[in-house]
Amino acid sequence: MSILHGESYKPRNGFTRWLEKRLPIIGLIYPAFVTFPTPRNLNYAYTFGGILLVCLMIQIISGIVLSMHYTPHVDYAFESIEHIMRDVNYGWLIRYMHANGASMFFLAVYIHIFRGLYYGSYKEPRELLWIIGVMLYLMMMATAFLGYLLPWGQMSFWGATVITNFFSAIPFVGDAIVEWLRGGFSIDNATLNRFFSLHYLLPFMIVGVVVLHIWGLHVVGNSNPTGVELQKKEETVPFHPYYTLKDGFALVLFLMLFALFLFYMPNVLGHTDNYIKADSLVTPAHIVPEWYFLPFYAILRAVPDKLLGVLIMFASIGVLFILPWLDTSPVRSAAFRPLYRQFFWIFVFVCLGLGYMGAMPPEGLYLTMSRLLTVYYFFHFLFVLPVLGFFETPRPLPASIMPSVLDTEGKGDVDEGA
Amino acid sequence: MSESDVTELGRRDFLYIATGSFAAVGLSLSAWPFISQMNPDAGVQSLASVVVDLEPIEIGQSITVKWQGKPVFIRHRTPKEIEVSRSVSVLSLIDSDARNENLPGADASDENRVANPDWLVAVGICTHLGCIPVSGAGELGGWLCPCHGSIYDASGRVLKGPAPENLLVPPYVFESNSKIRIG
Ligand code: HEM
Ligand code: FES
Repeated sequence: MSILHGESYKPRNGFTRWLEKRLPIIGLIYPAFVTFPTPRNLNYAYTFGGILLVCLMIQIISGIVLSMHYTPHVDYAFESIEHIMRDVNYGWLIRYMHANGASMFFLAVYIHIFRGLYYGSYKEPRELLWIIGVMLYLMMMATAFLGYLLPWGQMSFWGATVITNFFSAIPFVGDAIVEWLRGGFSIDNATLNRFFSLHYLLPFMIVGVVVLHIWGLHVVGNSNPTGVELQKKEETVPFHPYYTLKDGFALVLFLMLFALFLFYMPNVLGHTDNYIKADSLVTPAHIVPEWYFLPFYAILRAVPDKLLGVLIMFASIGVLFILPWLDTSPVRSAAFRPLYRQFFWIFVFVCLGLGYMGAMPPEGLYLTMSRLLTVYYFFHFLFVLPVLGFFETPRPLPASIMPSVLDTEGKGDVDEGA
Repeated sequence: MSESDVTELGRRDFLYIATGSFAAVGLSLSAWPFISQMNPDAGVQSLASVVVDLEPIEIGQSITVKWQGKPVFIRHRTPKEIEVSRSVSVLSLIDSDARNENLPGADASDENRVANPDWLVAVGICTHLGCIPVSGAGELGGWLCPCHGSIYDASGRVLKGPAPENLLVPPYVFESNSKIRIG
């Protein structure tokens, strides 16, 4: 794919010539992040990859600073968080940044994932890129779950109790596995220590997998809102300055939203019970996970059987791994798939609905609704997507991405769908 | 290829495979300490037992004590609660096993769940996903789990899912009429 080869780096002064001869590191980065040929028609939905990178950096930097003041011990963890909030210079800022940063991270990843679903980014040749992305999402969930135990509040304790107990659903060895995970008969000091260790480790493993994600991206190239593959070099622009600036502008808007939470409502996304120190003898009246886990929590509770509930909850993420082979339509972008476009939006509302049900008590109408929505969630992947490819008549695809670039009115085929 | 070449090759193959297998076995064995260290350590394991004085617990009252880091419910049941618990047919229960560590394999009749009809002793951990059920909140004066709505009766038996099992009865003995030792 020669279209995807950015102009290579030419050292201009003595030092860079000397360096490149011995370690061609600039030459490695330059064609990948400066001159990398990028489709000319990417819209703002495509800026969330860059935003996610910044989110990861914010979590790592704020996390390293928090670790300097935090004590992973059952007797001190809760107090050390209060110490960070009250005594440490700007401790409140860094901690709120980390806690709300996790939420912003998930907001960005959800937009990024739904962008992929809308434009069919998971289709050939980007299946592996998509799968690596789902792995990143799983690692993020694991990291956030581990981190949530660290403040040692009531929700920390009981959330970790419920989630480690998922494994007790495994026949025969379940209880042994749960004890092994916790290092005790209940969530205790051993658990807190190992969660801290792994919470520190996982983000750096995420960095490694992000490198694979970007490497894979640079082999197959960006998809674009038309879903039509690039044909000529003229259809691209170098990543810098065109997309560094576009991504940068989107990032500024995103950070404004972040700042709104950080400075004006730093606790609305959290749960008040987590300001009560963990008590192993009292379960809070309502255990709810952080908002970004709510849809999965709703699926778990929708199933009246313990083992089945856990399996179906994991399957709801697992199904994303085989999505590239479930969608039978050869057309990528929903802009040219009139029926899929409607099913896409129905699916978005089903996911939001599941999130709402996850926050409500599991009884009466809420329970019925979560069951219906859970069934539809799987119906979408296992029935709608495979069948739609055979019945839907796609709109005619343009010969190249150029009409969508030249249509300055923004009324072209593509923007209508976007 | 001459005869001697073939045997030479076979010998090298053997050495190659043998060395490789030793390395593989050694590597997997050396993984064991790293897996095993995650299990409960000696301090956690040391089976601390607790002795509870039942004297101050009024009829109808339920207390929670801590045993091995887990909550244990001790309930002084009312005559009504005993009567209702005894009248339940084992066949109508979700879990027909007594789940009594003192009587392994027994069925879930109320007689098999308690050593003394006045006192129910059970680990207060919901058998669904481990929350602590709230006393008196369910029907029949049993327990209601706030997490996903499981209900247990005054014998600690599950009446309504998603919990699959009755509350576990821990090993315990009456040391005197008003004292029990758990563990
Ligand atoms: C993928 C990136 C990360 C995510 C999604 C994440 C998420 C979280 C969450 C949700 C909490 C609980 C916040 C609260 O309610 O107080 C937390 C706490 C914490 N995290 Fe992270 N984290 C990430 C990276 C890191 C890194 C790289 C470190 C250390 C180098 C770190 C260190 C800590 C510490 C010390 C706490 C306890 C302080 C606190 O609760 O505010 N985190 N993390
Ligand atoms: S933990 Fe008790 S019902 Fe789920």
